[in-house]
Amino acid sequence: MSTAPSPSLPVSTHAPGRSIAAWWQATPLAAVFVLFFLVPLMLILMVSFWDFNQYEMLPGFTIKNYISIFDGCASPVDMCVTLKTYLSTFKFSFLVWLITLVIGFTVSYFLAFHVRSAGAQTLLFVLCTIPFWTSNVIRMISWVPLLGRNGLVNQTLLGMGAINQPIEWLLFSSFSVTLAFVHLYTMFMIVPIFNSMMRIDRSLIEAASDSGATAWQTLWNVIVPLSRTGIIIGSIFVITIVMGDFVTIGVMGGQQIASIGKIIQVQTSYLQFPLAAANAVILLAIVLMIIWALTRLVDIRKEL
Amino acid sequence: MNTEKHTPAFWFLAAFFALFVLFMYGPMLVIVVLSFQGPEGGLTFPLRGLSLHWFYKLAEGLGVVDIGAALRRSLGLGLAVMAFTVLFSVLAGLAFRKKLAGGNVLFFVVVASLIMPSIIVSLGIGLEFRLLDTGIKKALEAFGMTGTLEGYGTALGLFTSALGAHLTWTLPFGLLIMFAIFNRFNPAYEEAARDLGATPWQGFRHVVLPLIAPSVVGIGMFGFTLSWDEIARTSQAIGDVNTLPLELQGLTTTVTTPSIYALGTVTMVVSFMVMGLAVGLSKLLLSRQRAKQDA
Repeated sequence: MSTAPSPSLPVSTHAPGRSIAAWWQATPLAAVFVLFFLVPLMLILMVSFWDFNQYEMLPGFTIKNYISIFDGCASPVDMCVTLKTYLSTFKFSFLVWLITLVIGFTVSYFLAFHVRSAGAQTLLFVLCTIPFWTSNVIRMISWVPLLGRNGLVNQTLLGMGAINQPIEWLLFSSFSVTLAFVHLYTMFMIVPIFNSMMRIDRSLIEAASDSGATAWQTLWNVIVPLSRTGIIIGSIFVITIVMGDFVTIGVMGGQQIASIGKIIQVQTSYLQFPLAAANAVILLAIVLMIIWALTRLVDIRKEL
Repeated sequence: MNTEKHTPAFWFLAAFFALFVLFMYGPMLVIVVLSFQGPEGGLTFPLRGLSLHWFYKLAEGLGVVDIGAALRRSLGLGLAVMAFTVLFSVLAGLAFRKKLAGGNVLFFVVVASLIMPSIIVSLGIGLEFRLLDTGIKKALEAFGMTGTLEGYGTALGLFTSALGAHLTWTLPFGLLIMFAIFNRFNPAYEEAARDLGATPWQGFRHVVLPLIAPSVVGIGMFGFTLSWDEIARTSQAIGDVNTLPLELQGLTTTVTTPSIYALGTVTMVVSFMVMGLAVGLSKLLLSRQRAKQDA
């Protein structure tokens, strides 16, 4: 069982006449992505320019969906809903990215460079990844008995006399949303960073310490640069997940905090598909820009 | 970093790691414990006795939600997703070992699907099937098949749109694992089989497949567990029925008894059972392989 998928293209064996067979073998997978990924994306783009009424979508070409999304955004005094929502989503993305990066890097660093036996390394790594295979909603609601008004944290603090009244902002708040994101998605940082670290030639580290580098200098000047690919892959995962999220923000924010994903979800429930599609196009454009900016920092092809 | 005794840095990092593991598992453990809450107990500590009360309550159903039916639907979908993920990933993995025209484009699309915000994929699939519905209804009308038209509901469903949505999430993992497998694969055995006159199929069936099987089990596990817990991609791409995680998400706002923890415990047990099965099967295949090599 392979728990650390390393994204690298295998070397192709060039045998003539086998490329047709290769295409037959790749067809089922390719068909799934054409039918359930590429075509839907094109339909989103198309429908975002359609009109709609209360019952159905009306084919045509209009940019009024886009105009209505940015309605009032030119005003310098009041921020429009769209900008506010994006700002809030960016805030979550940045915070969650920073925290998962620090935790993910530290955990990976410990596993890769301080746990010496390969067996213990694998065991501890698997221990980190197991929660990934369990239900996200369960992992969210598992914070309720801890953070709720009568939860364990409040009970303990009250019992110690540290507070007189239960803290209200522990649950269904920005705090609990951030906490849940970190709880759910640090794994997406650990796996790629650990993978990068395991590929670092150990003799480089010895060379650094032989040349008189302190542990900190080695960490900063050797290990961090060589883990860059993993850091960037992990960052892409975490940022894109948080940017499009509506489940975690919904459940952990007590359905009170806005996100772009939630706007899209609500609009589809009112059958306002063209509007939802326009929002999806904008979200996609922004996410692609972020990914583009991140990949500028690394040549992914070279690392495969 | 050297061979002598553990440094203070090691102990700091080890403590950090231990706290991280506690952070990961602590809350999950808490709801498992609280699902055995006594009949008078509530959503938080203290425990008022130990009982299976809330599991019985769960079996009776939570409000209007038929948990048993949702559980069976999710199991069925998970098994289908698992089967397709294994089959398509292995086939594509074999294809990528050869000269594959357009292979880079396909790989790019697969990775794009992996990091695409799920709500976008879900919305797109939902749109696709709704437009398909409109098209089918128009066609039925044009052909004057009014009887069929009245009976027609929607093309959205568990084994159409939802299955497709899940595959866009599980197949990228499957393909990446196949790459990892074939990166460590020694082609010498296969070449030996070919030199001895094996057809490509025989080479695959008797040489390649037994060698990769223990790892392919891992792909199956990914396929099932990821499908079993999926919400975001399913949300807009499913018709009238719901999967278990979708029901669970809805219940978080309405259920205020430990029944919801009991449900959490049940889904967790299923996840862990699948992981255990996968590890066991993988070990079994590996030991068979070794036994054959020794023989």
